[in-house]
Amino acid sequence: MQRTLTVIHSLGLMLMVFSAAYLMPLATSWIYDDGTQIDFLLAMVWTSAIGFLMWLLTRHYKGELSVRHGYLLVVAMWTAMPAVATLPLLLVIDGLSFTDAYFETMSGITTTGATVLTGLDDLPQAINIWRHELNWLGGMGIIVLAVAVLPLLGVGGRQLFKAETPGPMKDTALTPRITETARNLWLVYLGITIACILSLKAVGMNWLDAICHAFAAMGLGGFSTHDASVGYFNSPAIEFVLIVFMLLAAMNFATHFLAWREKSLKQYLHDAEAVATIALILASCLGIAVFLWWQGTYPSFWTALRHASFNLVSIATDCGFASVDFNQWPTFAPMWMLLLSCIAASSGSTGGGIKMIRTLILFKQAGREFLKLLHPAAVNPMKIGGSVVPNNIVFAVLGFIFLYFMTVAILTFALLISGLDFISAFSAVIACINNAGPGLGVVGPANNYGVLTDFQIWVCTIAMLVGRLEIFTVLILFTPQFWRR
Amino acid sequence: MKILILGAGQVGSTVAESLVGEANDITVVDTDAEKLRQLQDRLDLRTLVGNAAHPSVLEQAGIVDADMLLAVTQSDEVNLVACKLAASLYNTPTRIARIRASDYLARREVFSTDNFCVDFSICPEQILTEYIVKLIEFPEALQVLEFAGGKVSLVAVSAFEGGPLVGKPLSSLRAHMPQVETRVAAIFRQDRPLIPEGGTVIEVGDEIFFIAATDNIRSVLKEMRRMDKPCKRVMIVGGGNIGCRLAKALERDYQVKLIEYNKKSCQRIAGELARTLVLNGDGTDEKLMQQERVGDVDVFCALTNDDENNIMSALLAKQGGARKVIALINRSAYVELVQGGKIDIALSPAHVTIGSLLAYVRQGDVAAVHSLRRGAAEALELVAHGDRQSSRVVGRRIDEIDLPKGATIGAIVRADEVIMGHHDVVIEAEDHVIVFVVNKAMVHKVEKLFQVSIGFF
Repeated sequence: MQRTLTVIHSLGLMLMVFSAAYLMPLATSWIYDDGTQIDFLLAMVWTSAIGFLMWLLTRHYKGELSVRHGYLLVVAMWTAMPAVATLPLLLVIDGLSFTDAYFETMSGITTTGATVLTGLDDLPQAINIWRHELNWLGGMGIIVLAVAVLPLLGVGGRQLFKAETPGPMKDTALTPRITETARNLWLVYLGITIACILSLKAVGMNWLDAICHAFAAMGLGGFSTHDASVGYFNSPAIEFVLIVFMLLAAMNFATHFLAWREKSLKQYLHDAEAVATIALILASCLGIAVFLWWQGTYPSFWTALRHASFNLVSIATDCGFASVDFNQWPTFAPMWMLLLSCIAASSGSTGGGIKMIRTLILFKQAGREFLKLLHPAAVNPMKIGGSVVPNNIVFAVLGFIFLYFMTVAILTFALLISGLDFISAFSAVIACINNAGPGLGVVGPANNYGVLTDFQIWVCTIAMLVGRLEIFTVLILFTPQFWRR
Repeated sequence: MKILILGAGQVGSTVAESLVGEANDITVVDTDAEKLRQLQDRLDLRTLVGNAAHPSVLEQAGIVDADMLLAVTQSDEVNLVACKLAASLYNTPTRIARIRASDYLARREVFSTDNFCVDFSICPEQILTEYIVKLIEFPEALQVLEFAGGKVSLVAVSAFEGGPLVGKPLSSLRAHMPQVETRVAAIFRQDRPLIPEGGTVIEVGDEIFFIAATDNIRSVLKEMRRMDKPCKRVMIVGGGNIGCRLAKALERDYQVKLIEYNKKSCQRIAGELARTLVLNGDGTDEKLMQQERVGDVDVFCALTNDDENNIMSALLAKQGGARKVIALINRSAYVELVQGGKIDIALSPAHVTIGSLLAYVRQGDVAAVHSLRRGAAEALELVAHGDRQSSRVVGRRIDEIDLPKGATIGAIVRADEVIMGHHDVVIEAEDHVIVFVVNKAMVHKVEKLFQVSIGFF
């Protein structure tokens, strides 16, 4: 119990920090004078007040967090943040239920990019900025940010950092201190985001759209300020810029950091994940373009290539922008894109899903099994990018994959029970657990998740949270061992 | 010369043995008193027990008036420190260190006079590895040695039944290969040297040493014996320093399997090597060998630390059908015993690596020394200096030079040009002359011949 109070103490502190995030939409609403100033101010006061109260009442329980309570804090944070983030949405948008608002903020902060809202073009600018800011903050991870700016988390910070960062191997310390590592990752993230904003402005977006879309692209969130998503702009240049930045965001930010520190692009070649991701995505883009052209979906190869590239990169990297209704394409293409969304993003990136590193590990594991059959005496350690991966990580990956597919299956069944058709149910779960965004069928890119019932919305919300925190972190709270003393 | 040798391991004791025979004053330092005692029992030298990196020990060993320091202990770090001390405290003129770690070798500035002051660094494991790589590259050869930075090679090959030249006199070589310049430097028949002349007829079982430009080796080999299929599959037993290096050097171009007994070493090696198949098992386990199809192996190398194991696993591999088997054998008595029997090549690490050290120790300007026929014969690369007055070789035709009997000039490298050692070639200053000496006792005379007389200075 005492330790749980310590968790609440830290949570209060983080909520107070989080309330600073309202400053951005607040400033936007002043600039555009869209009448939401008072709502955001209210939300900010409420959030900091709740945080302050939690912090104050538990101040006697201040202390270091143990490993298991680190998990509790991370999950508590990731459920509490979207909850308080719904405040401005509920205050501004009439008739929005808490279920829908929570889905929207969870989708934002887990960088899923699925939306229940329609009429995005008519929303107050401040609300749009708020949604996109959630995308951006969730991308690199709110706790990584907290570790970077709050030295008071101390040693426990490393544990929190690990619980939130995606990928099977999290011990690659870039700098001796975890605070320093977190700060550097955020600086790289911020730097590339600014480059993205400027590039988008340069190819014709206005400032607000550029900022929003850069946030969504870098966080691989995929929110848009328009119902038609990126299709609204109908500009190959914008699509190209977004493709480049989505691919950057789908690489490990540690690699970006190393490349920047060493001032050399060689780092990317040494990153087996980045190489595999780029190769797989490029090959798929070409393949799908040829397929669409051959099927006659698009009369010219270049149009096919343009639409295939943008939508495929967007879904494969788990971003979730759409420029056309790819639900209308022959089923092979969107299905292939969904498959890529499971595996294409790198660990340590802002994307979701199984991650390329786990795919590589399993792929090599399969190869090892074959070799073991042919040469029983062979000693064949798992190697990724020239360095050996210990067997315990291989087992952890196998466990992860099992949990991943079980989760997908169970949530799909839950949606099927509620009466959704198979394609929609399956694709919605896959899109949510990978934090990709649009699915197929009734939740396809031309529609949105608003058509789902409350129960179905909650299932998808759970899928997003479980996917973003890579399953173990959430499910560990439901094991009896966790609560045993 | 007064020479100080640090380390009485395999390298240290072999080089000591070789140098004592050439009239040098040797002191050997090691921490192992037992090793030193054994060495002193055999050889006429001084020994000292102590840490070779400590100034007091070095002083006691007489570093103050030593002409040369050979730091060949097991530890790179001790060798580096000893060289540094010798240079900065005692002004020892020549400092040679054995350095194994590729980390140091990759950064040559570590050895500069500003840092560790190492004049020459040698890595016996690397030399041995390169030697074996050559043997695998030319599976027909018994020995392939390079001179003048790889421009010229000396190749030993045994004449087999059915080779185009077998049963014919040497003079027909030119008619056979008018476009290729080559020269037979020596022939050993039943272990006795023959001086090759135009009329000498090559017989089956002869061991022929020929010299040719490195690019031409393959075509010459083709004349000596029918060409084997090129090598594809290599099996190595023993994942120590040498086995591991060899696998790394070969794995790009060959299918390499490496058998290592120690499970932990296996894990480490498999982590280091990219494409080699690492197998955990005993190199003398015939079941494992059959399972890994030793019969399809082109070259089998037994490279563990244990002579007996190497011999046994090489014999097993040959029995199992491996095409060519190589065994690493430290004890020279064993080398004599097994060479030429079922085991195709018995490698003595000491003989392979000693040459590179000897080149620095010898008088005259010696660029390379290679030990042949397990130390009995030697091939030297000497640089000719001076002019007709000061030198006894420069400005003279080869048949005018007073070479001791049994020494032949095989080839000359002038700048980038390779010239075969025909009798009418005139030697110029700065030529690299490759001399083949059938009996090691004559080496000293040859070196003397190439020394420039006092008048030159």
